[in-house]
Amino acid sequence: MKDKIAEKFLMVVAFSAILTLALISFFIFQQGLPLIFKAGLHNIFSTHWAPTRGHFGILSMIVGSIMVTAGALIIGVSFGLACTIFLSEFSSGTIQKTLKPIIELLAGIPSVVYGFMGIVILVPFVRTHFGGPGFSVLTASIILGIMILPTIVSISYDSLRAVPKTYREGSFALGATKWQTVVMLLIPAARSGIIAGIILGMGRAIGETMAVIMIAGNALKIPHSILDSVRTLTSTIALELGYATGDHRAALFACGSFLFIIIVILNIIAIRFKGKE
Amino acid sequence: MIIETAKLNLYYGKFQALKNINLQIKRNLITGIIGPSGCGKSTLLRVFNRMNDLIENVRITGSVFFDKEDIYSPLYDIIMLRKRIGMVFQRPNAFPLSVFDNIAYGPRVWGMNDKMVLNEIVERSLTAVDLFNDLKDRLKTSALALSAEKQQRLCIARLLAVEPEVLLMDEPCSALDPIATGKIEELMQELKKRYTIIIVTHNMQQAARIADEVGFMLLGELIEFDSAKKIFTNPRDKRTFDYISGRFG
Repeated sequence: MKDKIAEKFLMVVAFSAILTLALISFFIFQQGLPLIFKAGLHNIFSTHWAPTRGHFGILSMIVGSIMVTAGALIIGVSFGLACTIFLSEFSSGTIQKTLKPIIELLAGIPSVVYGFMGIVILVPFVRTHFGGPGFSVLTASIILGIMILPTIVSISYDSLRAVPKTYREGSFALGATKWQTVVMLLIPAARSGIIAGIILGMGRAIGETMAVIMIAGNALKIPHSILDSVRTLTSTIALELGYATGDHRAALFACGSFLFIIIVILNIIAIRFKGKE
Repeated sequence: MIIETAKLNLYYGKFQALKNINLQIKRNLITGIIGPSGCGKSTLLRVFNRMNDLIENVRITGSVFFDKEDIYSPLYDIIMLRKRIGMVFQRPNAFPLSVFDNIAYGPRVWGMNDKMVLNEIVERSLTAVDLFNDLKDRLKTSALALSAEKQQRLCIARLLAVEPEVLLMDEPCSALDPIATGKIEELMQELKKRYTIIIVTHNMQQAARIADEVGFMLLGELIEFDSAKKIFTNPRDKRTFDYISGRFG
């Protein structure tokens, strides 16, 4: 009897989590889709954003999101993979046990703190050494790259470690060096996990809002260089939702719908790759 | 004499896994090493290509000569050693790559990237283990899709591709059924003409069937080393006799 009650209770809790997700997606699309149809894709995919006067162009924000995310990936993936390979293959047990929790701790730092560090340290650094306003694609990419490190490192580390020891032995027994083994065997063997980690990191980078608002500059235009300011989809929603009404509000939900679609696609790809292992 | 050990001791931390091993392995013979589990036979095998180097806390004293050179001298080229002394493992460890890439792995490690030459090596190696006709149309498929026996053959072919002189085999048939085992044993007889083979096995019948010389190990010691005929019909040591007559093991 008690078992039955517990089972039912847990089921209700489990389904309520799924229900929340369903409600969120329903609500976003219910609010956003009518405007997309009303304004038309031509209006939406322009660069003219004046939502109170009937111009709902979010192209520059989409470009902004893509640029910042791509930049974050360049930094996050190169540092993340280097870090993973070092941890998994070239370091002793003690170093692994110390460094891995520290890297994972990066995931626990609130994004506003990253933004704060960005404003205080990185923005002035970029401004004096590279030029431009400092609030830029480059700055946001660097900070986001650091923020997605833990996701990339922990997932790809796990998949590298999951490569059976016998493969390594087989490779060494053929006279391969450690580096050759990593490049020729371990990375191909762990490929699906590594790609899943990168895609999840990518999802995090696209969705990040606070840190990006603080350091990207939020200028509403398509950037011409990585030193220009940008505004992302998420920034727009966070900055404007407080005072938006009517179609303006609906336009922000339309931004949300696009984000939602992008992130769902990324997650599906990530799950596909993970499942392959 | 191709491999020779002198006063070889090996310790895992405080535990002594090999005790004063002196043995001589002759060229182009199959040397079997038998003994109960945990007697140190796999450890001994891994001394010859320095695979024990991968384990932490291993300490070795004494010397091991390969082609008259001490492989544990500080300047010895381990990478070259592992090319000349190849190893087949207990469980087939075909890499999760295509059949072709598995065979080409070793040559690529050694800097061979010429597609024509690689094609030739793959064909030659697969032919040597009698897999080529079977797999010639499936070179691009994953090696993991093959049966265990074929994977083990593939692993042997992968070794042959780097043209070693000695093949170390660590219970190569333990994951295979009797028919597959028989086929691998046939293959070993064939390979003996060109390579020196050292095989570790806990299967005495296997050693009796294929080995020319046999060493019996117990608790880290090499109790007896002689021709297979002598070991299995008229052993000198009582412990060897007890083991081969099935009193323990």
